[in-house]
Amino acid sequence: MPLDASVKGRTFPPTAPYTVSRERLVEFAASTGATYDGGPAPATFPIVVAFAAMTALMRDPSVGIELHRVVHGEQRFLYTRPVVAGDELSATLTVETLRQIGGADIIGTRSEITDAGGLPVCTAYATLVHRGEGS
Amino acid sequence: MSRFTAGEVLPDQTYTVTRAHLVRYAGASGDLNPIHWSDRVAATVGLPGVIAHGMYTLALAARALDTWAGGPGHVVELGAKFTRPVVVPDDEAGVQVVVRGTVKNVTGEGAQIALEVTCGGEKVLGMPRAVLGA
Repeated sequence: MPLDASVKGRTFPPTAPYTVSRERLVEFAASTGATYDGGPAPATFPIVVAFAAMTALMRDPSVGIELHRVVHGEQRFLYTRPVVAGDELSATLTVETLRQIGGADIIGTRSEITDAGGLPVCTAYATLVHRGEGS
Repeated sequence: MSRFTAGEVLPDQTYTVTRAHLVRYAGASGDLNPIHWSDRVAATVGLPGVIAHGMYTLALAARALDTWAGGPGHVVELGAKFTRPVVVPDDEAGVQVVVRGTVKNVTGEGAQIALEVTCGGEKVLGMPRAVLGA
């Protein structure tokens, strides 16, 4: 079942504020063999908040995505400023594009990631590929 | 004033990826999808084995950018398509991911870096795009 076209253009509620801890940045950097020195976070760290927004989209029963059929096809970040420890981040996701190709839904999302003051930190674009049955 | 020159070839960065890295990344990122740690689940969805998170490979590209820029906090744009999975064996040796970069152009906005990210000689990221701030 392809997704209903009405999901295109929908904006979902902001995710619950996520407080960036120094410990989490140490763990995130260490997972790639890097060392976190207390300054700016690793560039891809905002995925943690963007992922929460994508999960909310995928779990929303009114959207109709089956989680196990989803593949992360593409990810892009445009940064206004680096994330730092102590930031309180929230992501607001909009479904920008929806196409059907070969039985799969290609879902283009944009998540605006903001800080506690509502100021922009980064924009995360993700393409999710929702494979249909037999594709 | 950029520290980069158009055409400059940046030193290759080679990273070893093992199952232990993926488990740490799963915990640190919150992406607990079992295809990144369970051979059983990976097989049921038709994968040749446990694969690295696409975002793990992109994080390695970011690490290379930080190395070339002289530290974190300089990346103003980063993105790619996840075109080919990085299969990570259940052994101590793991696999090697190589990140190659060339400075494509330098403007007032920063330096655009042409990236090539490979594993076993095959490109694993499609249309990678990276910009380091001025």
